[in-house]
Amino acid sequence: MISKRLYFLSLAFLSFLSCAQDKNPVNTNHDYEVVVPELSIPWGFVFLPDNSMIINEKEGKMIHFKDGKKTNIEGVPEVYNRGQGGLLDIALHPKYKENGWIYISYASSEGDDNGGHTAILRAKLKNNKLVDKQLLYKATPNTTRGQHFGSRIAFDNEGYLYFTIGERGEENVNPQDITRDGGKVYRLHDDGSIPSDNPFVNNPNAKKAIYTYGNRNPQGMVLHPTTGEIWTHEHGPRGGDEINIVKAGANYGWPVITYGINYSGTKITDETARPGMEQPLHYWDPSIAPSGMAFISSDKYPGWKGDLLVGSLKFQYVDKCVLKDGKVVKEERLLDGLGRVRTINEGPDGYIYVGIENLGIVKLLPKK
Amino acid sequence: MYPFFLIFLSFWSCNDVKLQQPEFQESIQRGAVVFEDFCMQCHMADGKGVPKAFPPLANSDYLMKKRKESIKAIKFGMSGEIIVNGQKYNTAMAPLGLSNKEVADVMNYITNSWGNKNDKMVTEDEVSKIQQ
Repeated sequence: MISKRLYFLSLAFLSFLSCAQDKNPVNTNHDYEVVVPELSIPWGFVFLPDNSMIINEKEGKMIHFKDGKKTNIEGVPEVYNRGQGGLLDIALHPKYKENGWIYISYASSEGDDNGGHTAILRAKLKNNKLVDKQLLYKATPNTTRGQHFGSRIAFDNEGYLYFTIGERGEENVNPQDITRDGGKVYRLHDDGSIPSDNPFVNNPNAKKAIYTYGNRNPQGMVLHPTTGEIWTHEHGPRGGDEINIVKAGANYGWPVITYGINYSGTKITDETARPGMEQPLHYWDPSIAPSGMAFISSDKYPGWKGDLLVGSLKFQYVDKCVLKDGKVVKEERLLDGLGRVRTINEGPDGYIYVGIENLGIVKLLPKK
Repeated sequence: MYPFFLIFLSFWSCNDVKLQQPEFQESIQRGAVVFEDFCMQCHMADGKGVPKAFPPLANSDYLMKKRKESIKAIKFGMSGEIIVNGQKYNTAMAPLGLSNKEVADVMNYITNSWGNKNDKMVTEDEVSKIQQ
């Protein structure tokens, strides 16, 4: 009897010790419907003006979803589908209706070195085929490492193109070095040229497209609907996932400062702050493994306007973050347990659409 | 009977690369790097995985008893329900894009870590013969 009790006690103790669970409460005041079924890893998706969708599947397929039917788009560049790399984000030019430009990010093995790195390309869709393809950026050098390609794409209100590239598993080499790619947020003109007021254009050896550095692996980026700022989030190691607001030339500190530790449990650094390095707006410990990011800017969800949504790959829910005075003051789980949340968009109809791995694209509905 | 059995065993296994041989150890070391790169974010550094989401590799009956299925999962990815140590898991694993050699190396690493022990080295050749 005693031994049995001891056994349960030690079990309880063990489970307590071994998995830092996140404590965010489940919100049940919503519903959902699956609008695009049967997708494996819908890394990014957009709505076209006719309300059809283009969906990027990580393995390299681009799907046009129209009137309930999926058609594979032709002419998609060859992707380096290894580890976290593959066909990644997709975004439309803010003036898409006039110029037809579609922007994608993907892992590419273009170049001399073995392996791959993140690339940004724009193209137009004609007769179900990508045409007029222009490679706007290709990070170097290629590496066979499997992790941290980023990559999200966003435009600000002035039409600048922002994208993220992760540090490719080279934390001690890339993020703090502005002469190297990876661990950065980048800013370009929509045609790929470098804005003359980018923060490092006058540094002789710097990669001139760099806008911020000291990032780890941002897989969420979105334009704030009212302030016009670009917000990102990024994966930390074990603990230390962050939300940041993009500021020209800023250093977000990885791996010099972090709220995380190594996966093995060993320390990366004692420092969580240092002068000249940005503090995150919010950090998660334990890590939720954030991917996908959207603000609720519509009135479709009573009381939720202005809230920030962040997908959790690890715990498989959408984290609804209530913001107040520049801080996250409350978090709740939406779509809890449906699957690994990869991407989130507010549709042109004001509803929230969520790409979930091995499920599809789900429309978030207010409770009737 | 006992010595006889031992002789039989050593005879039986002499075609295989033994765990203490350098070839096997080097494969395990390369496999550790592959693990850090491709597996650790979900299966965790201690191989315990994440409850309900990512199955454990440490002391995993599935990994240790289903060698072919495990190699297949690493080589081609995996989806559908599996049972590991009595627990159901239904999270798909995307194809990782590893070479056959990398699959063999990481198999040798995970089957010889966290208390797991595998005396029969997984080879590139063995991986190459496993089909989807």
